[in-house]
Amino acid sequence: MRYSSLAAALLMLVGLTLPASASTLEDVKGRGHLNCGVSTGLAGFALPSASGEWVGFDVDFCRAVAAAIFNDPSKVKFTPLTNKERFTALQSGEIDVLSRNTTWTMTRDMKLGLEFAGVNYYDGQGFLVPIALGVQSALELDGARVCVQTGTTTELNLADYFRGNNMEFESVVISTADDARTNYLAEACDVYTTDASGLAALRSTFPDPSAHIILPEIISKEPLGLIVRHGDNQWGDLVRWTLNAMINAEELGLTSQNVGEFEDDPSPKIRRLLGKEGDFGEQIGLDALWARHVIEHVGNYGEVFDRNLGKDSTLSLDRGLNALWSEGGILFAPPVR
Amino acid sequence: MSPSESVYPRGEHPDLAPPIREAGAAHWLRKNLFSSVGNGVITVLLGAVLVWSLSKLLVWALLTADFTGDSLKACTSAGACWAVVTDRFAQYWFGFFYPSEAYWRPLLAFALLGPALAPWLFELKRFSGPLKVFSLAYPLLAYWLMHGGVGLAVITTDLWGGFALTVVIGVTGIVVSLPIGILLALARQSELPVIRLCSVIFIEFIRGVPLITLLFVASFLLPLFLPEGMNFDKLVRVLIMVTLFSAAYMAEVVRGGLQAIPKGQIEAARALGLGYWQTMLQIVLPQALKIVIPGIVNTFIGLFKDTSLVAIVGLFDLLGLTQTILKDVAWIGSFVEAFLFIGLVYWVCCFAMSRYSQTLERRLDTGHRSND
Repeated sequence: MRYSSLAAALLMLVGLTLPASASTLEDVKGRGHLNCGVSTGLAGFALPSASGEWVGFDVDFCRAVAAAIFNDPSKVKFTPLTNKERFTALQSGEIDVLSRNTTWTMTRDMKLGLEFAGVNYYDGQGFLVPIALGVQSALELDGARVCVQTGTTTELNLADYFRGNNMEFESVVISTADDARTNYLAEACDVYTTDASGLAALRSTFPDPSAHIILPEIISKEPLGLIVRHGDNQWGDLVRWTLNAMINAEELGLTSQNVGEFEDDPSPKIRRLLGKEGDFGEQIGLDALWARHVIEHVGNYGEVFDRNLGKDSTLSLDRGLNALWSEGGILFAPPVR
Repeated sequence: MSPSESVYPRGEHPDLAPPIREAGAAHWLRKNLFSSVGNGVITVLLGAVLVWSLSKLLVWALLTADFTGDSLKACTSAGACWAVVTDRFAQYWFGFFYPSEAYWRPLLAFALLGPALAPWLFELKRFSGPLKVFSLAYPLLAYWLMHGGVGLAVITTDLWGGFALTVVIGVTGIVVSLPIGILLALARQSELPVIRLCSVIFIEFIRGVPLITLLFVASFLLPLFLPEGMNFDKLVRVLIMVTLFSAAYMAEVVRGGLQAIPKGQIEAARALGLGYWQTMLQIVLPQALKIVIPGIVNTFIGLFKDTSLVAIVGLFDLLGLTQTILKDVAWIGSFVEAFLFIGLVYWVCCFAMSRYSQTLERRLDTGHRSND
């Protein structure tokens, strides 16, 4: 008895937490905060701000899930994770949701014991070139010197694309965005290739961004998603429908600013989303106003996009594929009914 | 009659200043820099290169530099853009997330580190006893200040970062690894085969794998071995690995010192009736440790710089934090200034340790050194 209490005290000393129960939602509620895994730093998606807050697109989805559960977007503990750590952290239960620009691939879905709860950003690999190069299409890049990050799928996609189109290239291997900037601006390479969002982020740091264009060809599909552990379907549903609620809110014109004005709106779609009709909150284990809390505290999908990546941010990315289906994009959330 | 020709009584010749050609700056210059035509030419050439590059550096780093701004684009001068350092200056020291109203806590902990280490680092005539008691209580006090609880708001370790985190890892590693290293070295010399074997296996295993591997084990293998949902604090995992790693190196450094002690010393101690621990603590270790001070400090300095590897497992120490700041669109491209700054911080710390070890060697010198 004496020894067991001593052991318990020792475990507490090193910050050991005890094994969790079967339901992630119950654990999160009991703990009082959500554990969310984010990137250790990616412009627009997750970065610590000058005032010591996490900001970014991925970060806001963590906050949205917290808002749905607690009606308080600040009840999140963010765990910065490297590329290599991210899946382990989820598998071991260190985090509840992984929101870290992770591409949904079949292998990851099948082999890692994980479940993708949806796609919150459709990215793809593109090419950045100076206008002065006089190139209009990636098919004109035969013989170009290409800056590419080593050891990534980017490198493999690049090789596939050039081989498939019977072209040759010379790769200039770099390791960080800073490297890319230095080499590209010093004209050590003619072209820089990475995900289109990364290209736009880098271009915005150039002395004269308008002298460079992103070529129209997107050579890979990179659907970035929110990930949960396999096997806890209730939790997966909750994360999936938080994302769907944000997309539906944009479609219905609900924003964090105006959501209060729709209190007595007669539209059945809006009434269901805001918890006036049906028992949708109860179905995912939350209270009826879950979606309203998400919209109120974090905003709809479009607001989150504009704030972090789009027109209100330094990156100024176009919505592109990430526009609603009704506006030329492919965002198409199942209805709440 | 000039003074030099004066006749003094026998044995009362005053000390005269040396001739002007044998003393002063002119003599030093001629002896060290212009001792021959060739050396003179080399001196002038290298001097010119030095002055030229230093003036370039001065112009770049100070005269044409920008010191404030909220992004790289706000820097309009031709020189360095130190805004990347000044804009988030406090974050470099305390990390991204440490609440600013609690900055006094790590500062106080850091200030108290001096008194806590003083009785072990310097020979103090007074206060030595009370200070030693204080330094034994210091780890708990520092943990309480940094982490909180019992009257202070709790700041969990995932919010720690920057230089404060570097110091926490460095100092913990240094202070804990020395005693473990000494024990391992003694165990390796033990006459008991099991103890000797355990020590050899541990040391050779740890020295055989890179620190990065150990950190990876701590940050993603360990969580998989533990039951789901059961987790160590990440910082504790990293601290354990860093400490074990440097303890293995420390053990080998100390073993070098132990082997330098003549066997006769131990035999003499035995003949006087001293037991094993008395022999070791009173006779062997004081001499052995003195011999290996340069090696010990070398390991300390290496360890302090190795703390930057924790950036790989997602901790925001001084280096990890800087890398993350440089991923901000506002600062992409300012890496030269940012890395120069943290390089300077690391250098100041390591140089201080190095100077201290030289002071210590001089103080403990009992005239046995062959040269220097």
